[in-house]
Amino acid sequence: MPTEAPVLRVRAVSKSFGAVAAVQGVSFDLYGGEAHALVGENGAGKSTIVKMLAGVHRPDAGTLELDGVPIELNTPADAKAAGIAVIYQEPTLFPDLSVAENIAMGRQPLGRFKTIDRTAMIEQAEQLFTRLGVSIEPSRPARGLSIADQQLVEIAKALSADARVVVMDEPTAALTGVEVERLFAVARSLRDHGAALVFISHRFEEVTALCERVTIMRDGRHVSTDLVSEVSVDEMVRRMVGRELGALFPKQEVTPGAVVLSVAGLTRDPVFVDVSFEVRAGEIVALAGLVGSGRSEVVQSIFGVDPRDAGTVTVAGKTLKPASPRAAMAAGVALVPEDRRQQGLVMELSIERNVTLPRSRALSQLGFLTGSNERRSAKEWTQRLKTKYGRLQDEVGTLSGGNQQKVVLAKWLATAPKVLIVDEPTRGIDVGTKAEVHRLMSSLAAEGVAVLMVSSELPEVLGMADRVLVMREGRLVAELDRERATEESVMFAAMGQEATV
Amino acid sequence: MTAAPARADSAVELPTAVTRRSSLDLVLRARELGIVLALAALVAVTAISNPRFLSGQSIRDILLGTAILAVLAVGQAVVVITRNIDLSVGSVLGLSAFTVGTLLRDNPGLPVVVALLIGAAVGGACGAVNGVLVRYGNVPALVVTLGTLYVVRGITYFWAGGQQINADELPAGFLDFGNATFLGIPYLVLIALLVLVITGVVLRNYRLGRELYAMGSSPQAARLAGISVGRRTIGAFGVSGALAGLAGVLFAARFGTIDAAAGTGYELNVVAAVVVGGVAVFGGSGSVWGAALGALLLTTIGSSLAVLEINQFWQQAIVGGLILLAIGADRLVAARVAASLKKRGSHVS
Ligand SMILES: Nc1ncnc2c1ncn2[C@@H]1O[C@H](COP(=O)(O)OP(=O)(O)OP(=O)(O)O)[C@@H](O)[C@H]1O
Ligand SMILES: [Mg+2]
Repeated sequence: MPTEAPVLRVRAVSKSFGAVAAVQGVSFDLYGGEAHALVGENGAGKSTIVKMLAGVHRPDAGTLELDGVPIELNTPADAKAAGIAVIYQEPTLFPDLSVAENIAMGRQPLGRFKTIDRTAMIEQAEQLFTRLGVSIEPSRPARGLSIADQQLVEIAKALSADARVVVMDEPTAALTGVEVERLFAVARSLRDHGAALVFISHRFEEVTALCERVTIMRDGRHVSTDLVSEVSVDEMVRRMVGRELGALFPKQEVTPGAVVLSVAGLTRDPVFVDVSFEVRAGEIVALAGLVGSGRSEVVQSIFGVDPRDAGTVTVAGKTLKPASPRAAMAAGVALVPEDRRQQGLVMELSIERNVTLPRSRALSQLGFLTGSNERRSAKEWTQRLKTKYGRLQDEVGTLSGGNQQKVVLAKWLATAPKVLIVDEPTRGIDVGTKAEVHRLMSSLAAEGVAVLMVSSELPEVLGMADRVLVMREGRLVAELDRERATEESVMFAAMGQEATV
Repeated sequence: MTAAPARADSAVELPTAVTRRSSLDLVLRARELGIVLALAALVAVTAISNPRFLSGQSIRDILLGTAILAVLAVGQAVVVITRNIDLSVGSVLGLSAFTVGTLLRDNPGLPVVVALLIGAAVGGACGAVNGVLVRYGNVPALVVTLGTLYVVRGITYFWAGGQQINADELPAGFLDFGNATFLGIPYLVLIALLVLVITGVVLRNYRLGRELYAMGSSPQAARLAGISVGRRTIGAFGVSGALAGLAGVLFAARFGTIDAAAGTGYELNVVAAVVVGGVAVFGGSGSVWGAALGALLLTTIGSSLAVLEINQFWQQAIVGGLILLAIGADRLVAARVAASLKKRGSHVS
């Protein structure tokens, strides 16, 4: 049951970064025993609020009140001490340290002479993972964890803090249905033990499934706070974007042309084994499956960032050299990777430099990069994707999470590929732009591009794909065409016989 | 949705995970093993061509030289683990040696322990200055400590002028300390071992130590985890400075003659020892044990080349080659580990 008095009150907080007013006079209350959703478009200021609760940013104006007492959170340590645990939108792990140590950092269980009790620390991590129902090895280093696993470690970290306020900034963005269910089960038990939860997501079904209350933001301002039961999803979307939205999946009918991408017997033991399929021009093929079923690994191996043990990849009749992204790019393949921090963007470079990075050669004249060319094409693509930024010269690292994802997309769409491989293309992207991304992919397909899409979002898979390939434990287990692909049939194939959906 | 069956295999999975972990550990331990093997081979070859190499005196020389270099390397490792570097250690060693030498010349009654503490204090102060400059100046450690390298050396020259402190001016008790042994082990070596063990244990088993690794591994994540990165940075430089100061006293006790040039160029040996010992220059990994082994290897190479009557020039070339080899090995191991970690994605198995 929610507490009578709010645990934490956010009162008229504002925060600007230079000329960008990220948050302006936002207020809402968090009650113990209640999950509170924060929704808004990309760049609406959600993560900025999170960072103020976390002690990363100090509000320019306004106050935070804990149990009715104003508090100053000047550092993340202050927030920790106040009982606020935060899962940031971008995983912030220590790659060289073990997973268990990542979770326990600053709170390691101590034994004799205040030394760290490693056995207890690993046990603690194991217990957390059991609670979350995942099998990550606590003693392995965090380096090399998939983005979903990183997210799960972050979740475990927040759980271990025993906090009164747990703030989760898009914790589900990288997870599939099953993991989300588990996370929700754990979140509900936290809530039932009296914790106040803040939950951010661009998926409304998650908001309605988990949260009691929802605060809607637009352009850094507070729009409304209501009980979830009292606003419809359509109403939330309308308030969020400030206008009516069109149909979500504007799929164009296309007659597939010749085979452009053909994959035969692709194997990297034990991650994936004997994967074969074809994608035709104009076709959108989705790779579905649970997190960790090997989907991302397959597309990375096709593009050549990962090596492979066996198998061939052919693009428009030409066999690609294995493990060479350069060759893949030259053959007209583009990959939008799932982990934008590590593979997609150079955070310190400007937006325009990032967008034009893969095409620097084509844009250069006599070997020199010319600013104006670069700017023009960067501008065109970021605008088509409605990217919200101050200036094109700003560092990509200062963009909101969803807008960073748009820059990654812009970067690869701008290369005019023959084969476009997208891994979780709409991860962290708001509803309005999601429709725009789908429209773009659909129109690219109509222009004859072969699209291969990895997605954990079933509605997206079902809405966009001409064919759905389902992977389970590293193998292709089903191929469903558009008519036969339903939520049930895809989940059934993804989870195997035991599962009932 | 009932999802339980999907992960029912987790309990069965554990034993294989454990065995795979140990093979990974082996890869990570490979560096220490490699150094030990290289050392064994070097000693064997040198001893066969000239048995004098294994005489008591020669081994003593190697151990004393290693002791000084290892104390410096331990301090350097602490700094490098936090993704910084301290190039000023050679100059700090010189300043501390000269300070302590002067004090002992003027007050022959000064106990050795006090001399050690004074040396450490002088060095610690220099290190703290480095730390403060790195923290507040927002300048890379490489640049800051390159600056203090010259500044500290300049101060020593200014103070010393051309004068030199000779062994006959130093109290006999102090010089004895440089040569005496306890249960057959030189005091200098005992001190180095003490420093090594304490630092090693703190880095491995205490929260403080782990926070240093965390900072080096990802400064941004460390800040978000509530680690006071600034304070720890100053602390790490303070430790490195204090150990350089301590090494200065050991230097004075061992050689007996001190002038303003004492320890010139040591910083490069120290960084080499740390890198060869497997402390990653990008921070976050490696151990002081490795750094100390690196110091032992470098010192042994120096001695054995002298015994084999090989030109000094070759020594430098060999050290350079070793550094490149070490960095190459790091890359190779990193690639191996990355591949094995990727294969061990949590869900796929
Ligand atoms: N460190 C920073 N420097 C400059 N501008 C910033 C910084 N952090 C955020 N901003 C800007 O503040 C605005 C709000 O960003 P915020 O990250 O809060 O959005 P968000 O609601 O979390 O969006 P998303 O759904 O994409 O994650 C954006 O316009 C962003 O560019
Ligand atoms: Mg955000």
